[in-house]
Amino acid sequence: MDHYRNPHNYGIVQNAASKIIEYNPVCGDTIQITIRVENGKISDAKFIGRGCSISQASASILTDMVKGMPLEEAKNIDEDKYIKSLGITLGPSREKCALLAVNALKKCIKDYQKGEESK
Amino acid sequence: MLSPLQIKKDFPIFERLGPDYSYLDNAATSQKPYSVIRAMEEFYELHNSNVHRGIYRLSEEATNLYEKSREKVSDFINSKDSRQIVFVRNTTEAINLLSYTLGRELKKDDEILITILEHHSNIVPWQFLSEKGVKLRYVMLNPDMTLDMDDLQRKLTKKTRIVSIAQSSNVLGTISDVKEIGKIAHENGSTFVVDAAQSVPHMPVDATDIDADFLAFSGHKMLGPTGIGVLYGKYDLLDRMPPFMGGGEMISAVYQDHSTYADVPQKYEAGTPNIEGAVGLSSAVDYLRALGMDQVREHEKDLIEYTLKKEEEHNVPDLISYGPRNTEVRSGVYCFNIGEMSPLNINDLAHEEGVQMSQAIHPHDVSEMLDDGNVAVRSGHHCAMPLAEFLNVVATSRASYYIYNTREDVDRLFNVLVKVVKKYGR
Ligand SMILES: Cc1ncc(COP(=O)(O)O)c(C=O)c1O
Repeated sequence: MDHYRNPHNYGIVQNAASKIIEYNPVCGDTIQITIRVENGKISDAKFIGRGCSISQASASILTDMVKGMPLEEAKNIDEDKYIKSLGITLGPSREKCALLAVNALKKCIKDYQKGEESK
Repeated sequence: MLSPLQIKKDFPIFERLGPDYSYLDNAATSQKPYSVIRAMEEFYELHNSNVHRGIYRLSEEATNLYEKSREKVSDFINSKDSRQIVFVRNTTEAINLLSYTLGRELKKDDEILITILEHHSNIVPWQFLSEKGVKLRYVMLNPDMTLDMDDLQRKLTKKTRIVSIAQSSNVLGTISDVKEIGKIAHENGSTFVVDAAQSVPHMPVDATDIDADFLAFSGHKMLGPTGIGVLYGKYDLLDRMPPFMGGGEMISAVYQDHSTYADVPQKYEAGTPNIEGAVGLSSAVDYLRALGMDQVREHEKDLIEYTLKKEEEHNVPDLISYGPRNTEVRSGVYCFNIGEMSPLNINDLAHEEGVQMSQAIHPHDVSEMLDDGNVAVRSGHHCAMPLAEFLNVVATSRASYYIYNTREDVDRLFNVLVKVVKKYGR
């Protein structure tokens, strides 16, 4: 509830290394995640979103969690463990809301790595 | 007046849910009375066999039950001739049937006129015809959420071959004057289709009086089982149109290189039909007729009037609702939001100042809390995304009433809404 009322990391990372917009077609929830990367680690992550309390709070928690995390670790965040770590029980349809931010982050990292490879 | 508490006793599911549970998702599907469930059980226990096939008595029993259901439905919507009733799976299939059959005659630059409040099932099947260059046009709404009849007149042209319109909206509850629209469509030489999915279950509907060319509805929204629906069509049109699906039941004779088709309506009912579904629907029609459709409409009108009054009295902070305030043209559907959450504009995302955090409470949070308070409502776009876009909202929550709902259900809705705002309001 705290993360819902006062979300952390709301906004856009300046000069972001990668940016992704993830969209849930069922409910229209939208999240944009931007990250900055330094030395193979996520040095900053921010989000902007429209959606239910679960999807927005999850984005707030996730962006807190991944700051300083190596890219490879962030890429492999386990969905089940992540949901457990949120500390609330969710039905299957609400799990999708919680995972919206995780999917966005993973896509964001993939995009970044693709960009690096082609450099 | 209906006595909803008495009616509730006819529905086994309310025994399970208990007296303090408010089922307010009737626009999605209705609950089923014992009589409907029993009729279907009885079919399998006593009369099960295929229809139109056997010479033996058991098969004749099944055929009789199936055809009797057709007559019941025909009477119910005053179709005058039961051959004008085609059994399909649901409204969606009925409109797809029309898109396929009527669509064959359309050509490039022909137009189909629908409205911005349509359900996806009265949009997407027509969009299929864009491959042939057929264009889809939308009638817009007045500020009071009724159809803009001037816009309809403007968009109705010599190219308009089909006019297809929902008699009652599943989001706004707007009841449109389909008799009048039918007259306008026919004067223009257009075929007139009525999506009656939300009207036949809730008010008297007279297909002959409306003078609809086609009219579609679903059994499951009117106390019947899922998997059975109805396409009413004028006999001459059904007779003239090509068939939809091919196979058994729909043929007269099959040769190696061609077939001749059965008469209407069998021509449109390929394969073994949903016999127990038709039996269940027949029983549902009996139940509704015993109540009287005038009474059903009066009851729901009372509930929506009471809802709008509660809305004004309760003054829930930031509560916004959608749909006509004039209950003469409003069904028992109540869509609302607590604060309006507009969709994220991708262009605004480019710069930080462009996007503020929304102050609104998301409809998913609203419906989850309502569920905790034993109020079942649906949240989302309600299969009408163009309408959500028109209203500029990501989603809405919807309460929709039926014969077993009471003013207490409405009270419970508003009592829990106050709690929602306390919990989620920023
Ligand atoms: C206005 C309207 N048209 C069509 C449909 C589609 O009905 P079905 O899903 O039974 O085909 C619905 C059901 O939600 C509806 O409300």
